[in-house]
Amino acid sequence: MAAGFATEVLPAARGHLRFVLRRPGLLLSLVVFALVLLAALFPGLFTDGDPLVGTPRDKLQGPSAEHLFGTDQLGRDLFTRVVHASSLSLRATFVAVAVALVVGGGLGLASGFFGGWLDDVLMRVVDVLQAIPRLLLSLALVGALGFGTTKVAIAVGVASVAGFARVMRAEVLRVRSSVYVEAARASGVRSGGILARHVLPNASGPVLVMAALEFGIAILSVSALSFLGFGAPPPTPEWGVLVADGRNFVATAWWLTTFPGLVIAATVLSANRISRALDGERGQDR
Amino acid sequence: MRGYLVRRSLQAVVVLWAAFTVSFVVLYLLPGDSLSIKLGGLEGTATQEQIDAVRGAHGLDDPVHVQYVRALGDALTGDLGTSAQTGAPVARTIVDALPQTLALTGVAMLLAVFGGAGVALAATFTRLRALRQVLLSLPAIGISMPGFWVGLLLVQVVSFQWGLLPAMGNEGWESLVLPALTLALPAGAMIAQVLAKSMTTALAEPYVETARAKGAGRVRIHLRHALRNASLPALTLAAVVSGNVLVESVVVETVFSRAGIGRLTAAAVDTQDVAVVQGVVLLAALVFVVVALAVDLLYPVLDPRVGRTV
Repeated sequence: MAAGFATEVLPAARGHLRFVLRRPGLLLSLVVFALVLLAALFPGLFTDGDPLVGTPRDKLQGPSAEHLFGTDQLGRDLFTRVVHASSLSLRATFVAVAVALVVGGGLGLASGFFGGWLDDVLMRVVDVLQAIPRLLLSLALVGALGFGTTKVAIAVGVASVAGFARVMRAEVLRVRSSVYVEAARASGVRSGGILARHVLPNASGPVLVMAALEFGIAILSVSALSFLGFGAPPPTPEWGVLVADGRNFVATAWWLTTFPGLVIAATVLSANRISRALDGERGQDR
Repeated sequence: MRGYLVRRSLQAVVVLWAAFTVSFVVLYLLPGDSLSIKLGGLEGTATQEQIDAVRGAHGLDDPVHVQYVRALGDALTGDLGTSAQTGAPVARTIVDALPQTLALTGVAMLLAVFGGAGVALAATFTRLRALRQVLLSLPAIGISMPGFWVGLLLVQVVSFQWGLLPAMGNEGWESLVLPALTLALPAGAMIAQVLAKSMTTALAEPYVETARAKGAGRVRIHLRHALRNASLPALTLAAVVSGNVLVESVVVETVFSRAGIGRLTAAAVDTQDVAVVQGVVLLAALVFVVVALAVDLLYPVLDPRVGRTV
């Protein structure tokens, strides 16, 4: 076991490290993303303030050493609010990606594996869903489900189900006709066993990569919907809400929109860069 | 050609019908009762008889399939129902709001196509490695920017600091510039990404070598030979993107306080005005169908080989 670690795991880890170090953009993206994740999980590491309580005397102050991102109209520290907002916004993003992955992947798996009329019906539904722009589909779902961070996350996830189902189905069709599935069937493994033991593990690669790519898109959709006011009710901080709140002060307090937006853009940029690396660059490099 | 058009029209009708059905399922069958809106938020004080009377008047007591067939029949005659909020016919409301948004979407798509193609062509044409690297990294940045933030930054700098263009409203072409730019940024970035990739592929093809051997200049090789072949994937993408741009107007029209389909949609979702939301979904499906048909008809013009299979 120890020998395996020294001969296999260590060189692989060293290879990964060299790959990252040769790409400063990717390294920066990893750092940014790690910081945002940390802020979401342990906001106390970055700030000890309360995102909901302000000192009215300090209202609408520009960025300074004391208030890194400045303060809002109620004197609340914007940096504290952004840090606390990242937990809600990232949780919504994870929920959205998980919904898209599980529902879309599940439908694609069923469609490709069982075929027949189920496949026909599911794929026609997928066709129609892909004719409607995703943001509009999310909006329609929010209109039907109601408002709130979780509902927004589910709406964003469901809007992406079609793409996942299609990719999963294509992959399942490829795996289903492979020799090892045929062998399993010939030796008497039941459908459920083949699905769980052979098809799912071998067909899930492309969908997982797609989930990584979906992350950046989901952050943008979730924050757009929360900007429009369909997310958490005030005064709960969310990235999109913070930008929307600053909208009334665009002429006088530029920091209120600029900094939260910058954090969203930086997070999306990092997520996209990392997923691009996962998608293929590492493979091409070898 | 005639048979092709007939087939495509039938497909278009099927897509529209399916979009109607999907939106009906989503909007009318999911939990969440549009009735409370029709009661004007008075459901707390309304008696059970009053609630029943309103339900009966809107046909909400009928079985679901009866409601569906009735709604479909109405939609076929151009009646998309009435807005629960304003009481106006949905079709009329959408048609009234459409010109503003079409102008915005059209200008944004022009900016996106020319801007995106410009960046991609410059990146593949230049021999300066540094410039190429910078140009190729632009699309990734453009895609990562939240539209509402870009719009607000433009308002902040261009409208308030420089005092150049109006920050809101629908008056004149000046008010169109900033929202169109905001919409064009992600769309153009996507087009640039795809076009740069397919230009690189096309420039490695043997026919480029042939053209060079025959003495064609670099500009001619890039624009006449490579671009024509490389533009097909970008064209397909532009068709998809135009639907996104139409819907992104929900965000951009809110940022710039412009009247149009986007604001209408945001307000309809806000008040759970399902009839209006369904109307907008149908509009988006219609746009998708029309744009897809236009692209299909444009394909053979760019690549004669495609035409022969039609």
